[in-house]
Amino acid sequence: MISRIKTAIFFLLFISSLCAQDVNMAAIDGGTFVPLYGATNKKPVKVAPFKLDVYPVTYEQYLAFVKKYPEYSRSKMKGLFADKSYLSQWKSDFDFGKNNLSNAPITNVSWFAAKKYCECQGKRLPTMDEWEFVAMADEKRVDARTKEEFNKYIMSWYEKPNAYANPIGKTFKNYWGVYDMHGLVWEWTADFNSIFLSGESRKDKATDKNLFCGSGSVNATDLMNYAAFMRYAFRGSLKANYTTRNLGFRCAKD
Amino acid sequence: MKRPLKFSEHFGLKTLVLLAVFCITSCGKKEEEHDAKYYEKIKVEGQKEAELTAPPLVPKPVGDRPAMKLVVNMEIKEQEGEMADGVKYTYWTFGGSVPGSFIRTRVGDEVEFHLKNHPDNKMPHNIDLHAVTGPGGGATSSLVAPGHEKVFNFKTLNPGLYVYHCATAPVGMHIANGMYGLILVEPEGGLPPVDKEYYIMQGDFYTKGAYGEQGKQPFDMNKAIKEEPDYVVFNGKVGAVAGDKAITAKVGETVRIFMGNGGPNLVSSFHVIGEIFDKVHIEGGEMINKNVQTTLIPAGGSAIVEFKVDVPGTFILVDHSIFRAFNKGALGMLKVEGEENKKVYSGTIQEGIYLPEGGTIQNMPKENGVAKSIVAKTVPEQIKSGKELFGRTCFACHQSEGQGVPNAFPPLAKSDFLNANPSRAISAVLHGLSGEITVNGKKFNNVMTSQNLTDEEVADVLTYVYNSWSNNKTTVTPQMVKAVRAKPAPKATGEH
Repeated sequence: MISRIKTAIFFLLFISSLCAQDVNMAAIDGGTFVPLYGATNKKPVKVAPFKLDVYPVTYEQYLAFVKKYPEYSRSKMKGLFADKSYLSQWKSDFDFGKNNLSNAPITNVSWFAAKKYCECQGKRLPTMDEWEFVAMADEKRVDARTKEEFNKYIMSWYEKPNAYANPIGKTFKNYWGVYDMHGLVWEWTADFNSIFLSGESRKDKATDKNLFCGSGSVNATDLMNYAAFMRYAFRGSLKANYTTRNLGFRCAKD
Repeated sequence: MKRPLKFSEHFGLKTLVLLAVFCITSCGKKEEEHDAKYYEKIKVEGQKEAELTAPPLVPKPVGDRPAMKLVVNMEIKEQEGEMADGVKYTYWTFGGSVPGSFIRTRVGDEVEFHLKNHPDNKMPHNIDLHAVTGPGGGATSSLVAPGHEKVFNFKTLNPGLYVYHCATAPVGMHIANGMYGLILVEPEGGLPPVDKEYYIMQGDFYTKGAYGEQGKQPFDMNKAIKEEPDYVVFNGKVGAVAGDKAITAKVGETVRIFMGNGGPNLVSSFHVIGEIFDKVHIEGGEMINKNVQTTLIPAGGSAIVEFKVDVPGTFILVDHSIFRAFNKGALGMLKVEGEENKKVYSGTIQEGIYLPEGGTIQNMPKENGVAKSIVAKTVPEQIKSGKELFGRTCFACHQSEGQGVPNAFPPLAKSDFLNANPSRAISAVLHGLSGEITVNGKKFNNVMTSQNLTDEEVADVLTYVYNSWSNNKTTVTPQMVKAVRAKPAPKATGEH
């Protein structure tokens, strides 16, 4: 009996190791943290252990997907699931052109397309809490959100033009072994629109009084808030069929 | 007899005053209400796309056109620009300029506002127009993701000059990066015609490096919260309204400046050196003040200033919180061409020596400008006293590190003009210098006054300058100064 289970486990492991995609996934232990938004009363949120792609999905990978599922090619894509700028930087349906590096992150994809891509790999999009949990790590610690340099790094990306054209894996490798959570592109999450920011941020402020109440100078918490607020504000401006030049994605797995 | 009379007088006066006050308040109020309702009910005739202009230009006046439907296409672009020579900054802009495109409407217009966020942008943005009556001034309806467009409508109900700006969080950061501009709502029949109209907006900027520090400068949130800007500028950068880009007029013309203040933090004490504003629409509203020297423009506010230019010359626009003008960039220029009018302004008609009774400065006459001390100083001694002199006399224009002020005062640091010819430099200090010169490839056209210094002082200060900021280490001696002083002064080029 025991030996049979062992064999089964071995077999399962064998199968999963065959799947190349899993090799490029990092195991995230999970834990609890207090996200900037979404947690009522600022109570910690629990994140169960999961796996996350080490890199965002690239042009090369997305091209393979489109070839396999032509209904997701630029001309066949249904307007309901992606707006007009879907893959608009591509040369044609099955050619992303010379201006885009094969190992640069794919952008101009809608949430529907990103979700489908992940499902076709036997994966899913990470939840916002999962994504934020991984994104708060720097090279050495699980939660670097209060570190000034870390926040400055995140914010410096906002001022770098055309970062979306850079190849993956050139930013830092974080505690979990994951790259490019900051400094390359924005990323879709499964529940990106679960937190509603009206865009009239001064009004939103009333729902989170701690966010911008003026202290005399910026401390690390303020910087952390600014850096993170940008992500939430960006997500708040999106709809699921939107595609933009600075928005890519990566997949997760239980 | 006396008493009743007094009473009746009192009574009469009181009643009159009361009546007058009642009438003024009630009439005024009634009219205002009528206006707002009236404008709300104005029917629009026809439709057109609004002309948008980058500063310092403004679109054509509305004149006597009827209220109409006006389509505004505003594109948001995040783009790199230059804050000052060699200083790069990533601006967030409405329409590709700082301040953003000028929008000119008429009261009663129905504006269909298309806010477009360029696909290459990273940030979501929105717009709050102070001319809008409605929640968030449009901000609640206009949050737009990169690569997308939002449309909303509003009707202009109140004439005036209004600021618009981005109100996406962090609001301060979006404004600090240049996301503001002006929208004008002209009254029925338009503003009275003038000869020249310009669009200028002040803004404060917060960079990681100090003023003038070269290279790419990121936004500094810490300085922004402390309200300690490195740059305070007109139209988004140092020198945007100076030198070749100065605004112009001819003698006799009336100039109208639509002046805004984007902030995010500072209030502007707007002043034009050598002019008096004939008219100021206070805070961009209806009330007109006359004969104003300096007008206060709140952050997120505006003013319309008008003045007739009577004499030719270069008039300097400043924020009269004056260190901002000479040390942070809040300096613009209006160049006026035309005939002199000696009656209005004579120019210097006499230059003399002023000797206060019992004053200590006894040997001022130029013939006596011989070195007082007999013992020659060493070069380090010269540099030491020259540095002190520089701090008192030269630094106001040429700045503490000899960097000068772009388009106004030439640099002394690494200056080709200076290094090429010490005699010319001595002459400039002794006799002044005016007219166009080229320093390090940049043209300057300004006046340096002659400095009343002794030969030794001139030698010291120039030796200090030549031995600082990568200059060629020339040593200027009192003898050299004496030799230049002995020659006749060169004819000043810029003065008549």
